[in-house]
Amino acid sequence: MTTTAAGSHAAAHAAAHGAATGAAGGNLGRGEGVQSRALAGRPAHEGPGSSSGRGSRRRRRARDAEADRGILSEADWRRPLVRRGMSTVHLVMLVLLVIWGIGPIVLLAKFAVTPTQDILRTPLAVFPNGIAWGNLAEAWNDVRVSHYFLNTVWVAAGSWVSQVVVAATGGYVLSVLRPRYAKALQWAVLATLFVPAVVLLVPLYLTILDPPVGSSMLNTFWAVWLPAGASAFNVVLVQRFFDSLPREVFEAARVDGAGPFRLFWSIVLPMSKPILGVVSVFAVIASWKDFLWPLLVLPNPDLQPLSVRLPSLQGSTDMGVLMAALAISTIIPVLVFLVFQRLFLRGAGLGGAVKG
Amino acid sequence: MTTPDVTRGRAPAPEPTPVRRRRSPAAWVRRGGLSALVFALPLLLVFGVFSWLPIGRAVLMSFQETNLITTTWVGLDNFRAVFADPLLPQALRNTAWFAVLALLFGYPVPLVAAVLMSDVRRLKGLFSALAYLPVVVPPVVAVLLWKFFYDPRPEGVFNSILGWLGAGPFPWLQDQTWAMPSLVLEATWAAAGGTVIIYLAALTSVPAELYDAAEVDGASIWRKIWHVTLPHLRGVLLITLILQVIGTAQVFLEPYLFTGGGPANATLTILLLIYRYAFGQSLGADYGQATALSLLLAVLLAVASLAYFRLTRRWSTS
Repeated sequence: MTTTAAGSHAAAHAAAHGAATGAAGGNLGRGEGVQSRALAGRPAHEGPGSSSGRGSRRRRRARDAEADRGILSEADWRRPLVRRGMSTVHLVMLVLLVIWGIGPIVLLAKFAVTPTQDILRTPLAVFPNGIAWGNLAEAWNDVRVSHYFLNTVWVAAGSWVSQVVVAATGGYVLSVLRPRYAKALQWAVLATLFVPAVVLLVPLYLTILDPPVGSSMLNTFWAVWLPAGASAFNVVLVQRFFDSLPREVFEAARVDGAGPFRLFWSIVLPMSKPILGVVSVFAVIASWKDFLWPLLVLPNPDLQPLSVRLPSLQGSTDMGVLMAALAISTIIPVLVFLVFQRLFLRGAGLGGAVKG
Repeated sequence: MTTPDVTRGRAPAPEPTPVRRRRSPAAWVRRGGLSALVFALPLLLVFGVFSWLPIGRAVLMSFQETNLITTTWVGLDNFRAVFADPLLPQALRNTAWFAVLALLFGYPVPLVAAVLMSDVRRLKGLFSALAYLPVVVPPVVAVLLWKFFYDPRPEGVFNSILGWLGAGPFPWLQDQTWAMPSLVLEATWAAAGGTVIIYLAALTSVPAELYDAAEVDGASIWRKIWHVTLPHLRGVLLITLILQVIGTAQVFLEPYLFTGGGPANATLTILLLIYRYAFGQSLGADYGQATALSLLLAVLLAVASLAYFRLTRRWSTS
């Protein structure tokens, strides 16, 4: 979280800026409406305007084009020049996108099963001297990629738990329970959005070395898990979602005798699955990508996640095995993305909605 | 034990005078104060120890010299040391150069791509998935893979491809002029997909009536893009611009893994310099100086974004 996280942290900046300008009645706050729509109004599965509209395509076509039209109108599309032009443009774009999106990954997959000599001499030839499946086994077993891989999973799981717990309980306090100090607390959380990650790097490292209570957390996973939870972006996201939930439901539950714990567990949490899904996706991606922070606080190689370990493999292993290790660490996130595509793209779009 | 009983007995009566109820701990518990505190506890602890405390500590540390055992106040010495470092202007220049190149490479392309993609009628999901795929590749993997692509020998991947077109071979990372653009190219590949998705999401929020109205007025496709689409994206465009600058000002991974700052410090960025101050020195870490430089960077960024928002607000309301 403290590292190059231009992504989530920067988006967090935007959320704060958006909030500030919105409060001041500035023009940039326009996105606020977009955001609340994206958070609250969009159904959990497929919104009419969702960018990943696979399932609804047919329905959408059948429906009046009015509701979900793009820049081009039906009349535009009927003009042969426009239609042919756009089709060509889209075809060219598709080809470019395939090269852009899949090209490097396909090359990586090829390298992973190519003998080292071939990778170095003829990187673009298609298996001139056969396939070296052994690379994968060697990477997995001898270079202990399996071990580091488990570390990565372990790090990601813990960061996920800590982020979801802090965001859900924090959002609940700030939005639903609203004790008297809620406003102050909210500003204290929002304020951290304005502090770039770089400021935290060194003092946070020293806090890990010498925490206020207990002994050094260096070389423990807690050093990665706990700071990950201090994500103001998550708290703001969840709080705004809770704000958009109907108050009547809470009141009804209270009248029926539900206490704050019951209200949280049985009413608020089940209603907030979409936003917790988004937070989870952000959390897992961020921890999977993180490099600098685990590098600093986990100097013991036995504990390091794959991303930290890979660069040090460069010198000691031959190219084929290194490529196999790279491919192995890519395959899981790519597969997860392909399976949960819609959630990912909605999450990314949501980041933008907050930014807007 | 008597006080709670008394308050409990009285509780229904002073209902309209909340001031008095707040004073009593038992009433506070009954009104949900304790459970609210329990729910606030994870946030308070985690933010307190890992966010608020380090932020405060950063300010103090920039005026101190510490080796973890003893801490001494040194006034402005850390800042003086930062400004005296001959590498600072170089790092500033490099970071600015990275940011400018990243804007040139990475700002217009996603916009054009998203506007074109928004009118894709079939396989739209495939388009966005392809654009987003590089974002999913772990950054370390991407850098190590591209490092191999940038092999300066004629047999290198990029040099082979360019060789077919009759260009090159290029030295890529080995050359002072080429190293930074090479870094930015990879960074753009890794990040552009996210921006495309953000723009696509923003494009779906453009009201259809505006397009309809423009068509009634006889607007061509270009005029619709210029007068309806782009003005509607302005908010998102303004924000992604400053976010990208804030993000690129803190770039670390690419220079650290690609070049380690070389050749001849041509890719030494500010964050790399901070890292060297704090963790990369064999002589002993200079945490104070590192913190001083990070604070300076943060202040610079804050001033820049404030000025930017002041400027663009006036501009976009007019």
